[in-house]
Amino acid sequence: MPPISGCMRDAPWPEDDGMSWLDTVVQGVLLGGLYALFAAGLSLVFGIMRLVNLAHGDLIVLAAYLILVLVTALGLNPFVAALVAMPIMFAAGWALQRLVLNRTLGDDILPPLLVTFGLSIVIQNALLEGFSADSRRIYAGGIETASLAIGPVNVGVMPLLTLASAVLAIVALNQLFYRTSLGRAFRATSDDPVTAGLMGIRPNRIFAQATGVAMVVVTIAALYLGTRANFDPATGPSRLIYAFEAVIIGGLGSLWGTLAGGIIIGVAQTVGAAVNPEWQILAGHVAFLAVLLARPRGLFPRAVD
Amino acid sequence: MSVDALSSFRVTTGTRASGAFALVAAALIVIAFAAPLFVSRSVIQNLFFILTMLALAQNWNLLAGYAGLVSVGQQAFVGIGAYAMFGAVILGGMDPVAAIAVGGVAAVLLAIPTAFFVFRLYGAYFAIGTWVIAEVARLVVAQWKSLGGGTGTSLPRDATRSIWGQEAVAALFGVRGPHAADIVSYWLALVLVIATIGFIYRLLRSRQGLGLAAVRDNQDAARSVGVDALRLKTLVYLAAAFGTGLVGALIYVQKARISPDAAFSVVDWTAYVIFIVVIGGIGTIEGPIVGIIVLFLLQNALSDYGSWYLLLLGLIGIAVMLFAPRGLWGFFTDRTGIELFPVRRNLIVAPGATPDKGGPHG
Repeated sequence: MPPISGCMRDAPWPEDDGMSWLDTVVQGVLLGGLYALFAAGLSLVFGIMRLVNLAHGDLIVLAAYLILVLVTALGLNPFVAALVAMPIMFAAGWALQRLVLNRTLGDDILPPLLVTFGLSIVIQNALLEGFSADSRRIYAGGIETASLAIGPVNVGVMPLLTLASAVLAIVALNQLFYRTSLGRAFRATSDDPVTAGLMGIRPNRIFAQATGVAMVVVTIAALYLGTRANFDPATGPSRLIYAFEAVIIGGLGSLWGTLAGGIIIGVAQTVGAAVNPEWQILAGHVAFLAVLLARPRGLFPRAVD
Repeated sequence: MSVDALSSFRVTTGTRASGAFALVAAALIVIAFAAPLFVSRSVIQNLFFILTMLALAQNWNLLAGYAGLVSVGQQAFVGIGAYAMFGAVILGGMDPVAAIAVGGVAAVLLAIPTAFFVFRLYGAYFAIGTWVIAEVARLVVAQWKSLGGGTGTSLPRDATRSIWGQEAVAALFGVRGPHAADIVSYWLALVLVIATIGFIYRLLRSRQGLGLAAVRDNQDAARSVGVDALRLKTLVYLAAAFGTGLVGALIYVQKARISPDAAFSVVDWTAYVIFIVVIGGIGTIEGPIVGIIVLFLLQNALSDYGSWYLLLLGLIGIAVMLFAPRGLWGFFTDRTGIELFPVRRNLIVAPGATPDKGGPHG
């Protein structure tokens, strides 16, 4: 498996001094920002409608291809292309929830799991048919290689932007939840859809809007996925797994916990890779299992169920 | 009510259709064992594919359809079963057929710590948890250099040339070595399918099966009458891992070439299996049988269309789940009332033994 982030290439490991370990951890924290972006949409949808979307990773890859098409066909800057892609992905998420996923919600966990699993296979193979199995990349120009010296370590501008975007996305989502009437409807439906329905909220509409919002976050995640590393139609499932691990480590229902979870996975991966490049992915999974062993409900649990 | 009157009641799961089907099934089994006498090698290979996928599907159906444990990580047990078999043959010098049992045991040994981890995850998160374990198993096995690491390895030629029974079959049927090996694998697959279906059917008709159905329908109510839900689910999980590990080992005896990406493939060993069960009818023994037939026909019809095939399969799976969640077999049985493997308990009243007072409280 290729390394996840472009920021790993120029990091020299041979000299085993404290400096390079600090660098490794900083790169891991920045990588964690990317994983938190992967995870925020998953966390949002689970929090509001208890739906685990197994196609989440594939939707990120789908959005990355959408940005790629906008960049190559219209010659847009990737950041502008992502802005254009956001309303498109919002509409796609809204329609997906309204037409398909709402029909699967209920006490039985089988329908949503199996439908989203089927959706994952459909998206992967549709992308394979449309774009072939070649790996692609979104080119963002000079910003890709730009870096800043922060204290003793050099930090890439793109990884820094990724982490900043993750923090901003989480702040924005929390504002949406706790400061707007839509957020109040989200929370009410999450607590009790039947009672919320009696108060004039239509849960199916709320769910469709929530998935739309999640797809906007997915588009931001896709921008950084596509500009920082290569992707291909089969990239989705592993991104779903990182996202899932971040959500579980953080504790269900807490977006800041999700950010912490993403950072733990990111640091575990870069430290693992520093020890042995073949251990990068494995180290992230091991960190997840260790947290699951010690704190089955995650580090910052908020949801009761 | 007197003891005499009670004895005229009887609880049974059999129906007239299931009695007739038992005879047909017995005949089918005899024909299936004799099949290598009158069909070609390519038909045997196709039947091997059908039987092994059916065995995987029955195991997944036991988990998801009866125990409510939706796993998307069953490829962990296929892969570990296959790799344990390879290890036993290459490093231990065992016969591949005997090494299949090692594969089953290895799968259970992996399933015990796995159950410890994934049973901590609620409902839907259990699914992704099993997937993580499968990824961990794949990455760890890829570090196993003596079995080829990430690129994989093949069974040594002298091991695949003389597997148990191969020479006898070659002499008996007058066929060449590789053909005889396929026949042996086919028979093993047949035995495995019959044993798997037999085990599941017995389990469902037993006391534990009743407990399992109760847990699936309402876990709290089941626990309140003394059903140990966690214990039952763990047992089912371990049993399904054992069965899946055996099938994985058998598949790779026939393939004779392994790599971590192929042996732990989520598409090959879990996605197809899920579509077989969902399309056929989840939660029935007949469903996976119908599903594998549909899958095989689709595969032949669409073999030239590459990824369109999986895309279509995904769409069919989604449509079935949305509009006919009990699958093709459920659709059929709702209209005809026919069940080939009935598990529902019926109260049979002997003729002339009508209770003298009506109602449950007499």
